Order: sequence, then structure tokens, then C-alpha cells
Amino acid sequence: MILTLHAYWSARGCVILQPYDMEMGAGTFHPATTLRALGPEPWNAAFVQPSRRPTDGRYGENPNRLQHYYQYQVVLKPSPSDVQDLYLGSLAAIGVDATAHDIRFVEDDWESPTLGAWGLGWEVWCDGMEVSQFTYFQQMGGFDCKPVAAELTYGLERLAMYIQGKDNVYDLAFNDTGVTYGDVFLENERQMSTWNFEIADTDMLFDLFRKAAAECERCLEAKLPIPAYEQAIKASHVFNLLNARGVISVAERQAYIGRVRDLAKGSCAAWMDKHGWAA
Amino acid sequence: MADFLLELQSEEIPARMQARARGDLARLFAEEIGRAGLAAEAIETFATPRRLALIARGLPLETAAVSEELKGPRVGAPDQAIDGFLRKTGLGREALVERDGVWFAHVETPGRATAQVLAEAVPAIVRAFPWPKAMRWGTDSLSTESLRWVRPLHGVIALLDGAVVPFEVAGVAAGDSTVGHRFHSSGVIRIASAATYADQLRAAHVIVDADERATIIAKGAAALAAGAGLSLVEDAGLLAENAGLTEWPVPLLGRFDPEFLSVPPEVIQLTARVNQKYFVCRDVAGTLANAFVCVANIEAADGGAQIVEGNRKVLAARLSDARFFYETDLKVRLEDQLPKLEKIVFHEKLGTVADKVDRVAKLARWLVEEGIVGAAAPANSLPPSVHPERSRGTQNAGPGASPHDARDGRGLADLAERAARLAKADLVTGMVGEFPELQGIMGGYYAAAQGEPAEVAEAIRDHYKPVGQSDDVPTAPVTVAVSLADKLDTLCSFFEIEEYPTGSKDPFALRRAAIAIINLLEHNGLKLHIGEAVRQGWLGHSPDRALTDAEIARRGTAISVTDYLWNFMIDRLKVQQKEAGVRHDLIDAVFALGGEDDLVRLLARVHALQAFVETEDGANLLAGYRRAANILKKEGVADSLWSAPAYATEPAETALIAALNTAEPLAERAVAAEDFAGAMAALASLRAPIDAFFDAVTVNDADPAKRQARLALLARMRDAVHHVADFSRIEK
Repeated sequence: MILTLHAYWSARGCVILQPYDMEMGAGTFHPATTLRALGPEPWNAAFVQPSRRPTDGRYGENPNRLQHYYQYQVVLKPSPSDVQDLYLGSLAAIGVDATAHDIRFVEDDWESPTLGAWGLGWEVWCDGMEVSQFTYFQQMGGFDCKPVAAELTYGLERLAMYIQGKDNVYDLAFNDTGVTYGDVFLENERQMSTWNFEIADTDMLFDLFRKAAAECERCLEAKLPIPAYEQAIKASHVFNLLNARGVISVAERQAYIGRVRDLAKGSCAAWMDKHGWAA
Repeated sequence: MADFLLELQSEEIPARMQARARGDLARLFAEEIGRAGLAAEAIETFATPRRLALIARGLPLETAAVSEELKGPRVGAPDQAIDGFLRKTGLGREALVERDGVWFAHVETPGRATAQVLAEAVPAIVRAFPWPKAMRWGTDSLSTESLRWVRPLHGVIALLDGAVVPFEVAGVAAGDSTVGHRFHSSGVIRIASAATYADQLRAAHVIVDADERATIIAKGAAALAAGAGLSLVEDAGLLAENAGLTEWPVPLLGRFDPEFLSVPPEVIQLTARVNQKYFVCRDVAGTLANAFVCVANIEAADGGAQIVEGNRKVLAARLSDARFFYETDLKVRLEDQLPKLEKIVFHEKLGTVADKVDRVAKLARWLVEEGIVGAAAPANSLPPSVHPERSRGTQNAGPGASPHDARDGRGLADLAERAARLAKADLVTGMVGEFPELQGIMGGYYAAAQGEPAEVAEAIRDHYKPVGQSDDVPTAPVTVAVSLADKLDTLCSFFEIEEYPTGSKDPFALRRAAIAIINLLEHNGLKLHIGEAVRQGWLGHSPDRALTDAEIARRGTAISVTDYLWNFMIDRLKVQQKEAGVRHDLIDAVFALGGEDDLVRLLARVHALQAFVETEDGANLLAGYRRAANILKKEGVADSLWSAPAYATEPAETALIAALNTAEPLAERAVAAEDFAGAMAALASLRAPIDAFFDAVTVNDADPAKRQARLALLARMRDAVHHVADFSRIEK
């Protein structure tokens, strides 16, 4: 499936990238999306990104909620006028028959308070299941996107379940010789859910958060937007872990989100500066 | 006369925005062509996910020519003035006509072609369209000045009697082409005219009329449910949403694993509706069935079997998640959730939710101990909507339960406090975190499951009620105590920190809290002295403390906080009673007497007053009262200094004195006994004597002693009436 998507989007002018080697909540955090969404230069890329959502952990007991899963992400800047058709073409390529299934674009406006970003778009439903997020970025890091990029995010596990006709993500065939998704990831989900919710050392996490934030600022002073942004990604993930541990109160929550947003915005601003782009 | 078709074809428009967009399109179109002097005989609008359209019927082919005579400068005026006038009219000097020493110009403005008007109007409408959220897209978005539309705009049809009206908006040229259904139709459809628009699209599997789509869904879904021996749970909002998500709606019925029915029905219905936009069904017994109706946008070759199967899986995953939350929540006793409330700020000046819970618990106990919320009413048992399996153990009280077999005041007070202490615990459960709408409902389930007495579980479930005028008003004593305490605390607390509603702003829903308090008191006939309750509900401050100058300035009045709150309640009472047909001026007439802070008693008095003033006796007494009041006002008589006259009184005078002698103590006793009808009857006995007095006796007698005595008598009559109600406040 990944290979088919790579071939499909490569043929349509996308550079094919590899996953970013850091923990992040979604492919949107990949610098190839966040930073490249800024500025006037055309940019078309496709890549897989492992995504970590600590609070979505279900100890391996939910058929399709995972704290670690894979997103396939496509970024097209500026957004092509036939981007919906391109997207539907990619679904057909991986075996979704749009005449036998009910494919729908359902309003879902996207906003990332930690990235200072928002866009309008849809969740794409296939027979009631959300299989993709489709977003026209309007702002990133607090800056207007000029021009607007279209971001397509496929939930790979869900699409695979649908294509293989499986009810449970852990029953997905990982190869043709009987290895399942559960064989590869079930124990991982159990252990990581336990760690995320119960074990993770919160003092260490608070410390990590502070250090990442401080390092981000040092990088910004040194006018190095990419390492600064990496530290912002790190702080964001640590915040998600603290959130899963339930140690951040409602009042503090906004302050932490604001802190991460400032780091991400600072990185984006430094990136714009580096290129000499005006806001 | 011509018909105009406009279609704005775009990527999928959010369902919730379509109805308003149709209204906005019709309004803006009428305004825009109206500016050019055009009006349509009828305007119809349509919306589907992929198009917003309008048909204007009966448009003139051109605007009317205007012929007018303009008055110019006087003959002999400076050349400058005359040249200016010529520029304005576009005429030469030879075209001016002189009349009475003034130049006149005759100006003919020819009619404009309607097509020309439309070619300017439509781009203006598109640019100014008030979408709740709009976006930029594509290569044009290099500039932030590019067109903003709800989603990328792809095509515009503009046909006036079948001919394209040429214009361009944001790089899209108007034409006659559109697209049909995304999957049932391919290529471009060329629309012939407004008359064929709907049928041509229907042939391309698009039903442009949202009402028709809603009807198809409603009928189809009901028929599917009936076919399965079930009945559909109707939901108008869901119907409109599904109509806005489809161009060719096909309802389909699916089943889910009956094991999920162990999750509370409210959760299943909410999950199905909010996350999946499905309808749910009930069986003949009225119990939620393991069936759902989804609405597809396509007629699949296999009759939708694969679509139903896919939707079933998604719902199963959602329900599995809901069950995960439910079962996880059930593992924690509600009291063990309470420490988490200490971390939730209720309001920065009012502490945490835990602080609020503590105040509410004390107030709820006080309401019962004071006998305000009575022990007389029978304890209700949980209604059947709570699953019997989870109420198991209710009768065998668990460790946290009180000895509730003896329903004395003390037992009831314990139950009320217990319920209040647990009432907010569900706010920190997983399920309410996922579905905030289920607050209270989940707490009720969890309380029943952990063996709380039925009254406690019910109070937790219903303590947010009544929400709004049409909501059920709780009657079970424990529920009433918790609900009332919660709302009194909210009201007192926010008044204490001077967060009053102003104008349309009421961020803490204090008006709603006041209305709920009124409903609770009125519906249950509770005798509550607001002043005492406020003193009890206050945050340890003195409600009667003197106000600072700054507070007085902010409020515009110097009355105490308690009185301020009471006035606020009375204002809400007037609004709330208006629907019940109770006159606000009569509320004022009773309220103006002062000293009353029992809302139910005040209302009883108002009801009696209203019944009285609507009788003939009442109306005539009011007329007599007014006559007396006017005379007294004119004469500047404020107080009654009546004493028995020293002169020989006239018969009518004597009769009025006698009537007052009888009526005054009667009315006084009746008021004291809260027999307001009796008080009114006592007043009614004054009607004939007062009428006779005005007929036969001259107040303004030449003898100053008589005049003084008669004015004093009228003042005595006025005061007697005022003892029951301030008739001067009555407006009609």
C-alpha cells in the first residue's frame, strides 16, 4: 500500500521522503510539512510518518485506537485545482472502489494550537470510517500561507483494515506468511499504554520539557530554525506525555500549549527570516 | 420577463452552513439587483454539498428608463456654477431650459440591460458573501487578497433565459456548465435554463432541493426501521445534517453487536449521532435496539451491503471505545474521583470545583434541615431508563450509603448532602471527558452501580435540571435540594464577585440559573426566604455589608447585594411569568410593598391580584382608587392622618368609614394568613361604598375641616388598598 502511494504521488511530482526520526503527534509536525508550508516556493512531498498520541493508548484492547500508528502524508503547494480528484485517484490506486463504497467529504476544520496553525477541509469518510484528513492550510506558525498548501493525511492502519476486510487492527496481515499487526505491535501497545498512563516519570518529563524549551530558545538566538523546531517538536511530545499522565491541570494546560506554540512560532519566524520572506 | 439561474459550484460545503447560505444568497441577490432598480417576482434557492444555487423568476429584461428634470443655477449665475451643473448632467449649455429665471436640465437615463446588472451584481455578491469561515486556495493564494470562499470555487452558471450572462469572478468565468454526482455522473453537464436545472441535475443523480432530500431520508429511514419491526428515533437536526451531506441520499439499516447494549443507551445514541451521524431505533417496548440507520450518498451495485458492513465496523469501534470509558469509569468509585475536582478551577475568584461542591453540599443539607425542601414528598425510585442490572445493589446499600429506610428529615439531609458531594464527580470521568453532554447522566449510572441509594443516583443524574423553560422540573426532594443548592450557589457566588449579566452577555448563564430557581420553587411550592438562602449560600462574606463607592457606581444603585440579587430574581420572574400570562405590572404592585422575599408567596399574591383586577369589582375598585389617588396627589396628601370626623358625616361618608372599619382588619388578617383571595374579597367590599362616596360627597368642601377630613378618609382608603398591593403600579 505504501509502495503504491509512493508510486502514485511520485508520478505526480512529489519528492518521496523518509519518516522524520523524532517522536511526533502527526505527520503535520514533520518539518517537510510545517516549515515547507511557509514561503512562496512550490513544494510537493509524500512520506510515511509514525505518529504518537499517548492519550489514544487503549492497552491494545480497542480494535482501532492506538498510541502509535502510521500516517501517510502528502503536501502539495500551491494546492492544485484538481486536488480532490488526485486524492480520489490515489484511493482507487490502493483498491478503494468508489462505486461500491460511500466516500464523503465531511467538514472538519483543522487547528493546531501547539503549531499556531489552522486550515479548512474535511475528514474523508469511507463507509462512515474516517480514512483521511484533507486540509487547506491557511496559517502556519501564526503566518498566512502564501500560497496555500493542501495536506492529505491517510490513516494507514484504517485503510489497511478496510482493504483487508479486518475488524480489528491487530488482525491485519503484515505479510503473506501469517505475521499480523498484532504480532508486531500488540505488546508494544500494552507496554507503551502502561508507561504513558501510569509509569512515565513526571519529574523527568517536566525537566525534559524545560530543557527542550530552553534549548529551542538558544537555537533561535543562534538563528538556527531547524534545530530550534526539533526542540519544539520534542517539547510538544513531552507535553502530550504529561497530559496522558494527568498531571497538568486545566488551568496549566493552556499555559503549556501557549509555551509550545511560542516555540513553534519562533522557529517558523526564524525560518521565514532565514529566507528573507515577509510575513 | 426573464428567469435567471445562478449556480456556484464548489468543493464540499459544510452541512451546517448550507441553510444559512441559501438565506444569505437570496437576501444579497435581492439587495444587489434592488440597488439597480430591479426586483424578481420570486426567488428560490438550493444547496447541496457541492453547489449553492438561486433561481430568480420574473425579472424585467432591463431596468426602467428614468426621465427627470433637474433644477440648476439661476440665470446669470457665474459660469463656474453653470459649468458644474453641465458636468453633473452631461449636457451642453444649449440643452438647458430657462424657466422663471432658473436653468433646468431634462435628463433621460435609459434602462440598463438586466444581464449587465447581473454581471456586476453576482461578482459583488460572491466577494461579500458572509460565510462563517472562508478560505484561500490555489496559485492565487500567493496573495492574501485572493477570493475567499467556503471551499475552493470551481464553476459559476449564470443563465438569463437560457443565455449566459458573461462575467468573471476570481478567475472563474460564468457559463452554463456544472458537474453532477461525484460518482454516479461524469463529465460536464450543460444546463439549458432555469426551468430545466433541477431535472437535468436529477438525471445526473443530484437532488438540488434540500427539503426533498430530507423527506427521502426521513421516509426511507422510517420504512427501514418499520421493516425490521422497530421504530426510528426521530432527530430533526440529524435529518438536516444528513440532507446537507448528500446529493443522492440512500438510507441503509445496519445492526450492531447486541453486547454493546450494556453501555447506557444515552451513550450509544450520542456516539451514533455525534460521531457517525446515524439514527438509532427502538424496539416495540421502547428500548434502544441494536440497529442504526446511516445515510449513504450513493446507490451501490450490491445494494449497499459493503457500505452497511463498513459502517457497522466503525460504529463497533466507537462503541468499543465508549465501553472502554464506561468500564474504566466503573472501576473508580465516585468519591475517589473527587480529589481531581480540586484541580479544576471553577472561576479564578471562586476557587475550584471542589470548593463549589463543598458549598453546594452544605447548602443542600441546610435546605432540607430548614424544612424548605420537604420530607413529606415520597422518595421517588429511579425511572426505568436506568438499566436494572446497574441499579442492582441499590436496595442493599453499599458502604457509602446512608440508612435510608427511615425517610425522616435527617435521613433526607444526609441523602441530599451525599448526592451533592458526588454530583460533580462525573466531570472527571473518561466518558464525560469524551461526551460533555452526558454530565449528570453518567454520574447517575455510576452512582447506581456503586450502590448509592436510588434517590442519590437520581439526584446526581437530574441536578442540572431544569435547563430552559420546557425542561422537566425535578420534584424528588433530594434532587430538588441539590439542584436548588447548585443554582443558588452559582447565583450568589457570581453576584458576590460582581459578575452580573449585562445586556446580551451572560457568560455564566446566571439568568438561566435564576429561572431554574424560580421554576423549582414554584413547581414544588417551596417556601424559601431568598435573603436567608443568600446568607447561607454566601461565601462567608456578609451579603448585607455596605457597598463600596466603586460598587455603587458599577451597579448604579446603593442597595445591598442581597436586595440586588432579589431584584434580579424578580426581573427574571416577570420574564418567566409572561409566558404563563401573568402581568408584570401586577408583580411590581406586590413587589413594591417590600418586605417579601418568599417567591412562592409573592406569586400567590400576584395570582390573587390578577384574578381580582380582572373582575368587575376589581376594575371598579381600581377606578375608584385612581380617582382618590389623583385627588390626593393634586392636594399633596402623602400620609393618612385620619381621625373620626367631628362634624356630622353624610350617609355615603359614614358608609365608607364603616366599610373601611370592617375591611381593614379583614384584609390584614387574610394577608397574615396568606389567604390572598380573602384579602382581595375584603377589598372588593370597598367598591360600592367608594363609588357611592364619589357620587354623593363633595371632597372639596367649602368648610376646610370637612375638606381635610375627607382627604384623610381617601388617604385611609388608599392605604388600606396598599396593604394588599400597590395599586399605583397597575398599568391598566
